[in-house]
Amino acid sequence: MTKDTKESGLKIDSAIEERIQRLLCEYVHCLGDERYDEWPAFFTKDGRYRITTRAARRQGFVAGIIDCESRGMMVDRINSMRHANIFEPHFYRHILGPTRITSLDGSCAKARTGFVVMRIVASQDSEVFLTGLYDDTFEDVDGELRISDRVVELDSSRVDTLLVVPV
Amino acid sequence: MNTAELGLPDVEWPSEGVSRVPYKIYTDEQLYALEQEKLFRGAIWQFVGFDIEVPNIGDFKTTFIGDTPVVLSRYESDAFSVVVNRCAHRGATLCFEASGNQTEFSCVYHNWSYDLTGNLKAVPFHRGIRGIGGMPSDFQMCDHKLTRLRVSVLHGLVFASFSETVAPLEEYLGKEMTDHLRRMFSRPVKILGSYSQILHNNWKLYMENVKDSYHASLLHLFLTTFKLNRLSMKGGLTVDESGGHHISFSKMTTDLVSGTDYESGTLRAQDDDFTLRDPRLLESWPEFPDGITHAIQSLFPNMVVQQIQNSLAVRVLVPRGVAKSELFWTLFGYEDDTPEQQRTRVRLSNLVGPAGLVSMEDGAVGSFVQRAIGERPVANTVLEMGGRTVESQESRVSEASVRGFWQCYRSHMDL
Repeated sequence: MTKDTKESGLKIDSAIEERIQRLLCEYVHCLGDERYDEWPAFFTKDGRYRITTRAARRQGFVAGIIDCESRGMMVDRINSMRHANIFEPHFYRHILGPTRITSLDGSCAKARTGFVVMRIVASQDSEVFLTGLYDDTFEDVDGELRISDRVVELDSSRVDTLLVVPV
Repeated sequence: MNTAELGLPDVEWPSEGVSRVPYKIYTDEQLYALEQEKLFRGAIWQFVGFDIEVPNIGDFKTTFIGDTPVVLSRYESDAFSVVVNRCAHRGATLCFEASGNQTEFSCVYHNWSYDLTGNLKAVPFHRGIRGIGGMPSDFQMCDHKLTRLRVSVLHGLVFASFSETVAPLEEYLGKEMTDHLRRMFSRPVKILGSYSQILHNNWKLYMENVKDSYHASLLHLFLTTFKLNRLSMKGGLTVDESGGHHISFSKMTTDLVSGTDYESGTLRAQDDDFTLRDPRLLESWPEFPDGITHAIQSLFPNMVVQQIQNSLAVRVLVPRGVAKSELFWTLFGYEDDTPEQQRTRVRLSNLVGPAGLVSMEDGAVGSFVQRAIGERPVANTVLEMGGRTVESQESRVSEASVRGFWQCYRSHMDL
């Protein structure tokens, strides 16, 4: 089954929509389960993962809050989180909004997904920590869908305390 | 409001002097109010923005001095004004946006309007309606200006002060601090990014943290864990005469890792996890002819200028009540950076900020103090590393510049 997207006129196949949904689902459950070592594998080897803000993107700023330009840098972040960085034990719960596919071109798809991230610090309340959207590019690598570029655009330019767990 | 109306804070300084600080200094509500009056609205200069943040006439940027909201505007091609962001009529906020362009200040509440330097220009129904009502006949526009601050610009950095008596900016900063600002800002700057970070602690705990080079290799374990430790780097600590400003600096190339435990890897097991998978993260180039690779400068009371290899930033701290503060980061490079140099700066910015691999702990450690001392503490903090006095030192394993902060603070606060 196919349908048209009004902006691009591209044919979007329900199969790719399903594959993207499945990837996003696995991604947030991986983080919710604190299986952080598995997180970099959601990206292509040269995948990019950035966290920036809505205001920074509108102003055209090149620097955000995090900028990983390879899966290796993501592994380094996880190793640092596990072995070097000091913070109170906590985890994030991701709640995703509906995904809007914005373009599809061969093996490359782009999509935007809104999110709310709750932070749960041990023995404290669940609290809204971040809201924003994922601006994603997905690629098919040997039959596996992976993220080749994820921009995590935070709605607010203000981060409470510190940000260490992947978003 | 003057000191008498606020009531004197119930804080007595320990007889040991600046090697002790009463915990109450971080929790007292009266002291917080007094800081706004005597310190932030007193004889200090505070950084309010880069000139390039307001490039055109009419451009403005809102910010805070202490907890007072202010607006920086460019009102002539080479002239800046800083006014309190509050209508002189009913006290409503004038500018809601973080930045923008306007020809005048106009209050949404009753449409009082002011020119860009804060002079009241129009009051609707000033003469009433058909001669009935209106302001009293002796109402003078010139009596109702916005509160305008003194402004001084140094190498593109705009500073403002509420004080009519504070020394001129360069004198306030002193030669060593001014020289360091020239080192950092004599070339045209390009802003690369900005964000803020909420800290759940009194603002002074963060400023102490910035000045405390003793904690760096003990709390921040990223470099040590990845065997990139630079404890033996050559460097030093400069504290100005007032004690309020400081520079901590080091030279990475002089590091001698060979023959230490860092090289042999005995500090941690030789585990794969402790090698960077993508060493591009720490690539840098020698940028300054003096060979200094790391320099943290603090300007009293609440500004930080950072050089961490090629990651350059200005931080300004805004108090948000006794136990909360907001740290505003502005990452910058230079107009003439090559694309590769800009890329290197962005990559190194992974080390700093709320998600900074090296420094994220600074976002939390102040709150660990704040929550442990409670709301009505009686004990004191201990600051004896590197002695009990305030002076420049060769060792960065020192709390001399923290003691310097308190020396300067006490003199401003009469404590």
